Amino acid sequence: MSRFSELLLSAVLLCGSPGAAEAAGHFPNLGRAATPDEVKAWDIDVRPDFKGLPPGSGTVAHGADVWEAKCASCHGTFGESNEVFTPLVGGTTKEDIETGRVGAYIRGDAPQRTTLMKVATVSTLWDYINRAMPWNAPKSLTHDEVYAVLAYILNLGDIVPADFTLSDKNIADVQKRLPNRNGMTTKHGLWDIKGKPDTKNVACMKNCTSHVTLASSLPEYARDAHGDLAEQNRKVGAVRGQHTGGDGDAVATVNPGVALMKSQGCSGCHGIGNGIVGPAFRDVAKRYKNDKDAESRLVGHVKNGSGGNWGDIAMPAQTQVSDADVTALIRWILSGSPEN
Amino acid sequence: MSQLPARPGRIRRAPEGFLSPRDIREVAAGRRDFLRNAFVAASTAVAGSSLALAAEGDPAILDLPEHSKTLGRPVAERPYGTPSQYEAGLRRRESPGLTRVAQSSVSFAPLQGMFGIITPSGLHFERHHQGWHDIDPARHRLMVNGLVKEARVYTMDDLMRMPSVSRIHFIECGANTGMEWGNVAVPTVQYSHGMLSCSEFTGVPLSVLLDDCGIDLKRAKFVFAEGADGSSMTRTISLDRALDDVLVAWGQNGEMLRPENGYPLRLVVPGVQGVSWVKWLRRIEVGDQPWATKDEAVHYIDLLPDGTHRQYTSLQECKSVITTPSGGQTLLDRGFHNISGLAWSGRGRVKRVDVSTDGGRNWRTARLETPVLTKALTRFNIDWVWDGSPAILQSRAIDETGFVQPSYAQLRAVRGTRSIYHNNAIQSWKLAETGDVSNVQVF
Repeated sequence: MSRFSELLLSAVLLCGSPGAAEAAGHFPNLGRAATPDEVKAWDIDVRPDFKGLPPGSGTVAHGADVWEAKCASCHGTFGESNEVFTPLVGGTTKEDIETGRVGAYIRGDAPQRTTLMKVATVSTLWDYINRAMPWNAPKSLTHDEVYAVLAYILNLGDIVPADFTLSDKNIADVQKRLPNRNGMTTKHGLWDIKGKPDTKNVACMKNCTSHVTLASSLPEYARDAHGDLAEQNRKVGAVRGQHTGGDGDAVATVNPGVALMKSQGCSGCHGIGNGIVGPAFRDVAKRYKNDKDAESRLVGHVKNGSGGNWGDIAMPAQTQVSDADVTALIRWILSGSPEN
Repeated sequence: MSQLPARPGRIRRAPEGFLSPRDIREVAAGRRDFLRNAFVAASTAVAGSSLALAAEGDPAILDLPEHSKTLGRPVAERPYGTPSQYEAGLRRRESPGLTRVAQSSVSFAPLQGMFGIITPSGLHFERHHQGWHDIDPARHRLMVNGLVKEARVYTMDDLMRMPSVSRIHFIECGANTGMEWGNVAVPTVQYSHGMLSCSEFTGVPLSVLLDDCGIDLKRAKFVFAEGADGSSMTRTISLDRALDDVLVAWGQNGEMLRPENGYPLRLVVPGVQGVSWVKWLRRIEVGDQPWATKDEAVHYIDLLPDGTHRQYTSLQECKSVITTPSGGQTLLDRGFHNISGLAWSGRGRVKRVDVSTDGGRNWRTARLETPVLTKALTRFNIDWVWDGSPAILQSRAIDETGFVQPSYAQLRAVRGTRSIYHNNAIQSWKLAETGDVSNVQVF
């Protein structure tokens, strides 16, 4: 037995039999008690029974303002956008709100699953908005703003009225109106450590089937949609990759500007051809096409931050990027953001 | 002709064009004289240019290469070694169009070119929910709170002084093979099965930390794991699992975790889907109810035919896939081939893998290569002589509980086609007479 496991064993022996709440701190000089302020700073989770939910409130109207400023660029004004993330709102009915089951699933006519069609616990939304939103500045909303934004989303789904004020006092009532609140099951074998499987194949070895039917094959467009497969396989060995069409091998031909843009994290907010939180690079190039001072002005926008040019969301100063890299990035953007 | 392999009788199938359709038919028919003629022509050209006498044989042997006649490069020229320039094709890649923003996306491991069971750390698949960070380990902290006698804080110094263990486990995203639930969608095993990796992880058992904080075993039912990234990824883990074999890990394949894999600290939850292996782990809370966090209430829920969603699906059931040959590849020639693949089970060890080359009519049992470890990838191999006729290759794994990997028909009979998660169906690769392998599903 190693010295360490002896230490561990004696520590376990010292604090008595398992089952009861035990003493803490078995490793001399390893770890320490957390202070109450430290626990408060990090223990931000909110459970379905609302344990952990801080007091506060927010109106649908206030939520609409916060939404337009901080959320709409990714999620769309009405939470319907499918441009950056899957839609938050849509696909639920008054009847769903009454029954707690989303009818679109049962009828099988849901083109896409939105967040409000899926979520069964309103605490989930509060917790996630609070811990992870907005996309480019997580944990920056006040508690009241989280209540307000959530109230706005719930109103878009007709779960609460337009004049509603959501608060820690009434959120349990809102829970009773979530469209998919009765749509979850934990009766399956993939959760409990001793859970039972739901498929039962048998390991037949000989003459297991009389005929084999091709049910699905790879469509030609899908074969070509992943670049040149020959470039994704080794050039020696048992096999070679097939040459496929597509738009070439992204890795082999990538423009240095794309690599720099990604490595500096620009792609979190800007797409080449599509806006995310900020504008598309190619839209920037279009706007500044005839502007001789564009380069120096845009270098300044990146280094010092800017706002008001493309919407309500300001671009934070990117002080971590070197001058040379900023200049290279701006030149790449103004040249039309070539991808290879 | 310069691209011709110099080994007589060896065919490099080449859709890029030096073989005409007629040539390809000749190869398929086993008539290969034209290639031998081509070889003679090629070696004659070599003889004419560099050798006084027409020596017969492989130029790769006859013409001493530069590396046999010159001084090589010094030690430590590359203090952190990198793969050969000739291996540049084997890298993790995104599936075009799968996601819109690369900070919340996936890159797939190139299973089609890997050997054995260990995933090189630089090829480990990635899934981030709000981008990755390279966190200063000196400033990283782990807090344990909730139903414990004392909420405690540990530095990396504290954790790395504790009694550690090293264990080899697979990690598979719950959505691995998710694009294939309804029909065939992607061309290669990298995209169909590449959210799968296997590493040796080093860390302290979570049970040791829970014990160190004085967990209240009378009331505790679940633990909650939370990351330090922007998304503060959160997942609920049942207490029996948490006390079983879960690790709080800092080591991966002999070095520290890579930043993309959670440096400096992540949870390792053997047998359970990757999303629960919380990266950049900052906090463990002990509680008496599950949390229904975003990634267990909006995503990572499995839609069933009756319109309900299975919540807290966690376990990765027994599954296998042939990696060589696999979709998007071409066999060089008829004759001997080693069919090779991977098998794994979240319930324990892989007991057996059977391979079929006729679409599931008949099966033969493959060799399992050692080590065969619990909740780890297991490499299987089986000899095969291809006679040039069409074939459909499949593998079927059985784990130590006796569970047999299901067919697509069996899986869909229970779970329909609209789920995204936990697709462990038997994979089929169709081999055409040309030697081309493609992704298919069969009944």
